[in-house]
Amino acid sequence: MSKSADKETVVFKARKLTKVYDMGEVKVHALRGVDLELYSGELIVLLGPSGSGKSTLLNIIGGLDTATSGNVTYQEQDITMASDEELTNYRRFHVGFVFQFYNLIPSLTALENVAVVTEIAENPMNPAEALRLVGLGDRLDHFPAQLSGGEQQRVAIARAVAKNPEVLLCDEPTGALDFATGIIVLEVLERINRELGTATVLITHNADIAEMADRVIYLSDGLISRVRINGHKKSPRELRW
Amino acid sequence: MKTINRKILRNLWGMKGQVIAIALVIASGVATFIMSISTMQSLKLTQATFYKDYCFAEVFASLKRAPESLRLRIQKIPGIDRIETRVFAAVNIDIPGFPDPATGHIISIPDSGEALLNRLYLRQGRLPEPSREDEVVIGEPFAEAHDFKPGDKIGAVINSRRKSLTIVGIALSPEHIYQMPPGAVFPDFERYGVMWMGRAPLGTAYDLDDAFNNITLTTSPGANINDIIDRLDKLLKPYGGLGAYGRRDQLSHRYLSEEFRQLEQMATIFPVIFLGVATFLLSVVIGRLINLQREEVAVLKAFGYRKLDIGLHFVKLVLSIVLAGVILGIAGGFWLGKWMGTIYMEFYRFPFLKYELHPYVAVIAALVSAMAAILGTMHSLRKAALLPPAQAMRPEPPATYRETLPERLGLKRLLSQPTRMIVRHIGRRPVQSLLSVSGIAFACAIMMVGSFQGDAIDYMVDVQFGLSQREDLTVTFVEPTSRKALYNLKSIEGIEHGEVFRTVPVRLRSGHRSYRTAIQGLESGGDLQRLLNAELKTVALPPSGIALTDHLGDMLGVRAGDMLTVEVLEGSRPVFNVLVAALVSQYIGVSAYMDMSALNRLMREGNAISGVYLAADSQYLQEIFKKLKGIPHIAGTEIREKAIKKFYETMGETILIFTFINTFLAGIIAFGVVYNNARIALSERSRELASLRVLGFTRAEISYILLGELGILTLAAVPLGFLIGRGMCDYIAENLKTDLFRVPLILEANTYAFAATVVLVAACVSGLIVRRRLDHLDLIGVLKTKE
Ligand SMILES: Nc1ncnc2c1ncn2[C@@H]1O[C@H](COP(=O)(O)OP(=O)(O)O)[C@@H](O)[C@H]1O
Ligand SMILES: [Mg+2]
Repeated sequence: MSKSADKETVVFKARKLTKVYDMGEVKVHALRGVDLELYSGELIVLLGPSGSGKSTLLNIIGGLDTATSGNVTYQEQDITMASDEELTNYRRFHVGFVFQFYNLIPSLTALENVAVVTEIAENPMNPAEALRLVGLGDRLDHFPAQLSGGEQQRVAIARAVAKNPEVLLCDEPTGALDFATGIIVLEVLERINRELGTATVLITHNADIAEMADRVIYLSDGLISRVRINGHKKSPRELRW
Repeated sequence: MKTINRKILRNLWGMKGQVIAIALVIASGVATFIMSISTMQSLKLTQATFYKDYCFAEVFASLKRAPESLRLRIQKIPGIDRIETRVFAAVNIDIPGFPDPATGHIISIPDSGEALLNRLYLRQGRLPEPSREDEVVIGEPFAEAHDFKPGDKIGAVINSRRKSLTIVGIALSPEHIYQMPPGAVFPDFERYGVMWMGRAPLGTAYDLDDAFNNITLTTSPGANINDIIDRLDKLLKPYGGLGAYGRRDQLSHRYLSEEFRQLEQMATIFPVIFLGVATFLLSVVIGRLINLQREEVAVLKAFGYRKLDIGLHFVKLVLSIVLAGVILGIAGGFWLGKWMGTIYMEFYRFPFLKYELHPYVAVIAALVSAMAAILGTMHSLRKAALLPPAQAMRPEPPATYRETLPERLGLKRLLSQPTRMIVRHIGRRPVQSLLSVSGIAFACAIMMVGSFQGDAIDYMVDVQFGLSQREDLTVTFVEPTSRKALYNLKSIEGIEHGEVFRTVPVRLRSGHRSYRTAIQGLESGGDLQRLLNAELKTVALPPSGIALTDHLGDMLGVRAGDMLTVEVLEGSRPVFNVLVAALVSQYIGVSAYMDMSALNRLMREGNAISGVYLAADSQYLQEIFKKLKGIPHIAGTEIREKAIKKFYETMGETILIFTFINTFLAGIIAFGVVYNNARIALSERSRELASLRVLGFTRAEISYILLGELGILTLAAVPLGFLIGRGMCDYIAENLKTDLFRVPLILEANTYAFAATVVLVAACVSGLIVRRRLDHLDLIGVLKTKE
């Protein structure tokens, strides 16, 4: 399971994924049959308008939610039928999440927000080191309320990567940030992908961000409409929107 | 410490006000439990130790006179262990510098060697020398009341002869832990005392050399007490036996047993209420906390925390609050228990009180509190544990409100916009609103329970001594006497009126039920002793047949019109059947009444009287007392008013202490409920309220929206509290019913008013605390943050 394995190793494979939210009167078809692979070490961007099913897809492959039909395999293991216990273990040991609203625990300091995750992981980094990795080595003892949005998101990234996950799933990590701050956050993500080789899925509705991806997957109305291999990967610093 | 546990500490700190409020409610429940149980257990242990070490007898009997040789025959009754024969006599006591008549009992102790039974615990001094006929040991409460010390002298009328006695010791006896003048309602340590004297001199004084008039005994293990009592009764009958009885009917023992029952009751009712309220508070507060932390929980789950981890996380949080309450409660209960013990020692005279809190009692309190807390929060804990993480990340939909009933009924136009908001908010959570109301109501109810006993005692005394027993003095003769005695007494200056009575000790029997008491033979048409019906209206003494206290009727299972067997316990001990003519109402003690001439006819003894009830001009009391002391064959004089006053003095302090404790406890509940409610309302609605402020509402207006709701809930709670309080008082009264007293369900207007006031004040204080926060509402901050 080495992360430096060649890029042709498949981390995830999703087949004919559908997800229907039963709202009583109406049924919302959030995913209508999605096929997708994620290769080790690659960075893909999931691009699509709001409501197109991006979060739903991410949640299913991250083991936060289960599909209505279809199947997902993670490193050759089928997780579609996994029990809650198995999904929890899967999240605990293999996946790191970054959310749009950071979702730090307000009663814990930056360091503690990372430690709360490393304490249950198998082979984690030192939490302080993880924070240094995102450039927050001097803010260890600050509470979320004392940090800016960008700093909070970097803490969230440190928290996600500190467990040394195989995959990093980021749901609109810059969605709540201004441009400059967003760039800093994206740089951190890019560096982690590059230096640690963590396969990364990055959700956004901002087409410009797609320029930093290895592959761009376009999602609209619950279906993948297009997959584009990005020949010319830009660094976040070169992005403009 | 694990980081996740640090979160608990920070969360607790973040809501410290609420944590303290809830912990205090739990502490109150635990404290009342610990206090009652530990006091009861300590008293029981002390009692058992005292009984055992000082050989408290198991069977008691008085008789007229029997030769000492009868002892050998008694000894043959199977199952008897030790026997002690004694001389036991009523005396009039003359205390230098104390004008009121005082009475007492004088009991013999063996001249040589230790007493076999009912040994004395000497607090001071020594036992009387066997040869000295003027040395006595006196009981501690009597000694304390008059500040007697060994060496002091008192006068006593012993068998109609005045004697000067020297106090040589002050002692306690397992037989007189609670000292009450016979037939009295209240203890009166100033005017009633127990004394002990050597057997030989006391026997000589009463012509009981080599004879006895009282016997106590113990039984060997496994013996049939009832059988022994029956046999003893038969043996004593020819000697004027007054009926033998066991500990169950021994006065001091009975009062103690009653006290234990009350403590037991207190150990259940109060803790149940407090824990109930605490459980409710926890369920609301934790429910709210978990709702607020939905996203935190979701993140923890996203990062691989298990259901169990999350569940345990909040369980720990809940248990931390419980633990704080339990520790505080145990400490408080221990302290209160010790204090209660000293209060009890005023009334119940033990040589020592071994106050002990058994660890298992504390453990039970802790476990029960913890279980109640977990059960109360189970719903929220489960919700947190099972929270689907993906969904929790999505913002919650706005709360659903509906038009409420009053609005739909067309009152809408009458309600201002803020008032409508209040009404809708209450209507949105009917269950929680109802529980809040109940919680506050219980605070009110607890207050009422606290005051109820005081009200009831006042009322009992008013009825008993205002309506029913209206004499100022009761003079009892040593032996049934002729009516002439009345005229002697009436001639004393200041005596306005006198009515004779005849008391006959009896055992009343109906089927297999029986009860030892005395029939009071009263003069027909008398005015000093009146019988009352259920409505407390005076009823005439039936010319024939017997009138029973209603409770005695219940105990014997008879109603008006039934027949009852009367076994007389004195003289020739005749047995006859009488008609139960009426049941009469009486709160203190139970009794049987008959027309005196009818009673005398049955007894075939002419016009004998046992004593006289007197109405006296209070100005002349001192002179009357002096004259009475000069009359030889008077066994005792009882002054009701002074006894009652004295009782109130002693009780007053105790009642005040209990009222204070109850007020404090009720205040804690009221504060806990109202404050928590207010804080939760504030946390739920601060965005809404801040928005209103931004839109131009004044502080007063938004305070009204928030606090108005609490006001409505509190006001709704008060009448409910009155109802619950009444119910609880009724329950307590019903459970305390004994032949010693029945507490009537009497609640004075000021009890209601006081209870309501305490609740309203607690509500206002909580309101003010929250109001201060409202005034500092951070408008921009609140709007900026994402809920
Ligand atoms: N828990 C849910 N219950 C009901 N509908 C949902 C739920 N989660 C998502 N949806 C619906 O599914 C669709 C896809 O949502 P989502 O995956 O969040 O889209 P995106 O992340 O691309 O904006 C939307 O129409 C959304 O309203
Ligand atoms: Mg989304």
